[in-house]
Amino acid sequence: MFLLAVLVLPFVGSFIAALLPVHARNAAAWLAGGVALAAFCIIAVAYPSVTHGGVVGWRTAWIAELGLLFALRLDGFAWAFAMLVTGIGFLVVLYARYYMSPSDPVPRFFSLLSAFMGAMLGIVLSGNLLQLVFFWELTSLFSFLLISYWHHNSAARDGARMALVITSSGGLCLFAGVLLIGHIVGGYDLDKVLASGEAIRSHPLYVPALVLILLGALTKSAQFPFHFWLPHAMAAPTPVSAYLHSATMVKAGVFLLVRLWPALGGSNEWLWLVGSAGLITFLLGAFLAVFQQDLKGLLAYSTISHLGLITLLTGLDTPFGQIAAIFHIMNHATFKASLFMAAGIIDHETGTRDIRRLSGLYAFMPITATLAMVAAGSMAGVPLLNGFLSKEMFFAETIEIHDNSFVDQALPYIVTAASTFTVAYSLRFIRDVFFGPAAVGLPRTPHEPPLLMRLPAELLVLACVVVGIAPALTVAPVLDTAAGAVLGSNMPEYSLRIWHGFTPELLMSILAMVGGVGVYMMLRSYLLVNEGPPLLGRFSGKEVFDWMMVTLSWRLARWLESKLGTRRLQPQLRVLAATAFLAALLPLYWRGVPLADPLRTPFDLAFALLWTVGAACAVGAAIQAKFHRVVALILLGSAGLVTCVTFVWLSAPDVALTQIVVETVTTVLLLLGLRWLPKRIAPAWAEAPAGRIRWHRARDFAIALSVGVGLATLALAAMQHPDTNSISRYFIENAYVKGGGTNVVNVILVDFRGFDTMGEITVLAVVALTVYALLRRFRPAPESIPVPEQQHAQDSHDEAHPDRQKGDTAKDTTETASLMMRLMFPVIGVVAVFLLLRGHDLPGGGFVAGVAMATAFILQYMARGTTWVEARLHFMPVRWMGIGLLLAGCTGAAACVFGYPFLTSYFAYAELPLVGRVPTASAFLFDVGVFSLVIGATVLMLIAIAHQSLRRYAVPPQSGRHLGSEASKEELV
Amino acid sequence: MELVLAIGIGTLAASGVWLILRPRTFQVIIGLSLLSYAVNLFIVAMGRVRSGAPVLIAKEAGDPARYADPLPQALVLTAIVISFATTALFLVVLLASRGLARTDHVDGQEPEA
Repeated sequence: MFLLAVLVLPFVGSFIAALLPVHARNAAAWLAGGVALAAFCIIAVAYPSVTHGGVVGWRTAWIAELGLLFALRLDGFAWAFAMLVTGIGFLVVLYARYYMSPSDPVPRFFSLLSAFMGAMLGIVLSGNLLQLVFFWELTSLFSFLLISYWHHNSAARDGARMALVITSSGGLCLFAGVLLIGHIVGGYDLDKVLASGEAIRSHPLYVPALVLILLGALTKSAQFPFHFWLPHAMAAPTPVSAYLHSATMVKAGVFLLVRLWPALGGSNEWLWLVGSAGLITFLLGAFLAVFQQDLKGLLAYSTISHLGLITLLTGLDTPFGQIAAIFHIMNHATFKASLFMAAGIIDHETGTRDIRRLSGLYAFMPITATLAMVAAGSMAGVPLLNGFLSKEMFFAETIEIHDNSFVDQALPYIVTAASTFTVAYSLRFIRDVFFGPAAVGLPRTPHEPPLLMRLPAELLVLACVVVGIAPALTVAPVLDTAAGAVLGSNMPEYSLRIWHGFTPELLMSILAMVGGVGVYMMLRSYLLVNEGPPLLGRFSGKEVFDWMMVTLSWRLARWLESKLGTRRLQPQLRVLAATAFLAALLPLYWRGVPLADPLRTPFDLAFALLWTVGAACAVGAAIQAKFHRVVALILLGSAGLVTCVTFVWLSAPDVALTQIVVETVTTVLLLLGLRWLPKRIAPAWAEAPAGRIRWHRARDFAIALSVGVGLATLALAAMQHPDTNSISRYFIENAYVKGGGTNVVNVILVDFRGFDTMGEITVLAVVALTVYALLRRFRPAPESIPVPEQQHAQDSHDEAHPDRQKGDTAKDTTETASLMMRLMFPVIGVVAVFLLLRGHDLPGGGFVAGVAMATAFILQYMARGTTWVEARLHFMPVRWMGIGLLLAGCTGAAACVFGYPFLTSYFAYAELPLVGRVPTASAFLFDVGVFSLVIGATVLMLIAIAHQSLRRYAVPPQSGRHLGSEASKEELV
Repeated sequence: MELVLAIGIGTLAASGVWLILRPRTFQVIIGLSLLSYAVNLFIVAMGRVRSGAPVLIAKEAGDPARYADPLPQALVLTAIVISFATTALFLVVLLASRGLARTDHVDGQEPEA
């Protein structure tokens, strides 16, 4: 349980810190520091329970269905790591309190830092690999936010993005690898995975799993070839760098390597993959570090190099190597954190980090200088400091024989050479910064920092010295516990002593020291003037990274878009139609078309004749739609009527009713629209179309024909197939019993599937409002703005005769029709209400009644014109829609009041005077809501278009070209 | 009967598909309407061709197999209303597009020759 507290505490602290005001500098620091210290103390007192292979666990169900547990697990190794994370975390908070400028939003900084610490603790304490991956990605995320803390700085943004892309891609690889491991082992529990090393190594998926997990670990630990993100991450505030480089982030990678070594290690693949990555990184990092001119850059490359050393140690695949790796992880954390802090102090006090400008700082800040020198000595491997001890172990391990290959034999020489560079850059750090003539022209005059800012570095350096002098008394039991947790019963003999006698490793240390001084002397003059390293100056990981990012996210995407994408509608629809055809064809092709059954219903001549007309209308509409729109519209309407009659034939009276009223309204709608669509006149002489167009037409014709034949075949096959037992049976059996209606279709709509209907009427309302909104700012085609030809002729006739008024001709010619239309209003209204009322038991219902009622209104508009109607009839469609939706919704919600699910319907018989017993169902009220909404929506759409004729548009002086001047002329009304 | 209906559905669908592949907006709107007839008929036909089958059930429902299949009918009924709504929306969009783009090409611009 205390483990959960340790894990949750930083996140809680982070959340509270995020809520603090921007200036709450001390409060945020207290909070973050307190959290870190509390976690540190809790873990520290848990020490007795992890010695001698003890494991503390805590687990709870996470996704119980999948057997996943949320497991926390603390063993010796995790304990040591958690101590580093929280201990150094606390020191970094303390340091950051003095480092951060009051003008920065400091609570955000401490909030992110605490969350980052929590994520790191999550990795360390995870007892489940999936959970580990989660926290792993969380560290990538929070490190991104921390590195980009000064987000006004483009270097910080770029560095943060690079770190995120590389480490989180690595995290994805790790995720895939962990899934493979879970597949091999049959679970993600860490204990189980660690115990099944044999099974994993002998599995055919071992190599892919290993490679994927290594990609995760090596990217995180900034190992070659992914090392380049780390130097760019130093754009972060220095406390962040101190933390990322010492106890967290990059250490997560080596933590994972050591953690999983019992499960994944012990194979040639491990030796070569991990070992060579470590060796190359160790050598390359040390070499590049020498040539850095930025203090933090030097430290960043030295981190890369030291992590390479640790990776190499794990890669050498021996138990002793793991012990040395763990030891060096601890030592590197202490000296590197203090070095970064010192670098931060120098930057803070002098205003520059350029080694060439810094000089003789010892005179100004002797204590800081001493601290930095001791830490750098530890980094170089100077005796009596902790770095020396682990380096000795490292040298001893490299001398051992592993697979006795050429590289293995050369290993001691290579690492000695690399170590000379380590010595050289450490020496450079000391000599160039603290000694020599006093620096001139610094942005600020340096002096010692505040006592508390120095304190963290002092404590860390003290640890370096104490461990270095008396390892057996201090670190030995902890290291023993940590190594024991990883190695179990496999512990080799080793001893932590300063003096082992004149051993080969001591000779290697001495050689490295002497060589390092020599290299430094040789390179001094070169370093004073040159910017980058020799030989490798042209090659930069960042450029490769940038090139890859641009290629992937821009060029490749653009290329794919240009090859596969189009903004043109026709190709898209063509692909859509062809795909639909193929999608239906393939199953038929594989399973065969069951057309063998005899026809089920006898041939009917009338029906055949009906469809001869229908098919002719459809084809005619297809031919005429380009140049003769009204003709096409009439033919479309005729095809619709044939469809409608067919619905009657197919025993679907409700559908037929709806079809015929909707058909009417659609035709009116399209006719109203045609007023604003300028004529398209066919060329008098039909020029033979160009070859490309002929080819396009042929192709489209083929697609259309295929779809038609395909759909016909499919329909025929389905219709001949015997009726299957569908859910319709349930509806028929229960329509009256449960829904209280004998018209099953209507009962389905308003009761069984009432929620669907609710959604559909909402769509209808939304569409109507959209149509209305689009037409509010409608700007018609300029050619269609003048009064139409026919109206012009009528008007000029009226104007020519003094006894006639404008509009008389139109009125005269439609007088009879208009009178009939007006008389129809009450008739249609009664029919609509009739349809609505009978809907539950007989064909009818809210939809058809609503559209029918809407036609009554439209007829009035057509009969006497918009102005006349609106002077007499104040119809507010939006209100009808609102009331309808509200009524339908409330009827549904009323069921909730009685404790039933939404839209449960209730029915009973009501005794009405005179009328007698009538069935009443709450679904009827719902249907009234549908009715009201459908009227409102239909009328709103139609009169919105009709109203366009009332608006007067500025006729452009010359139609066509002057788009610019046109745009400024708003409609007048 | 089935064959006639199947051919009818096929003709409607073919005409509709041909039209939605045409470059002029009005052709597309007519095409969509024709296509929706075809699809609605197809869905109702999935309830099998039954001329004169009862649609209204008696108060004590007897054998369900006697009745016309109500489910596709209910589906199509709402489909008809929704397709009216989309036609209206498309009509307004095409009018606005004609006004803004000065062309009735579906892409809002004439293709390069």
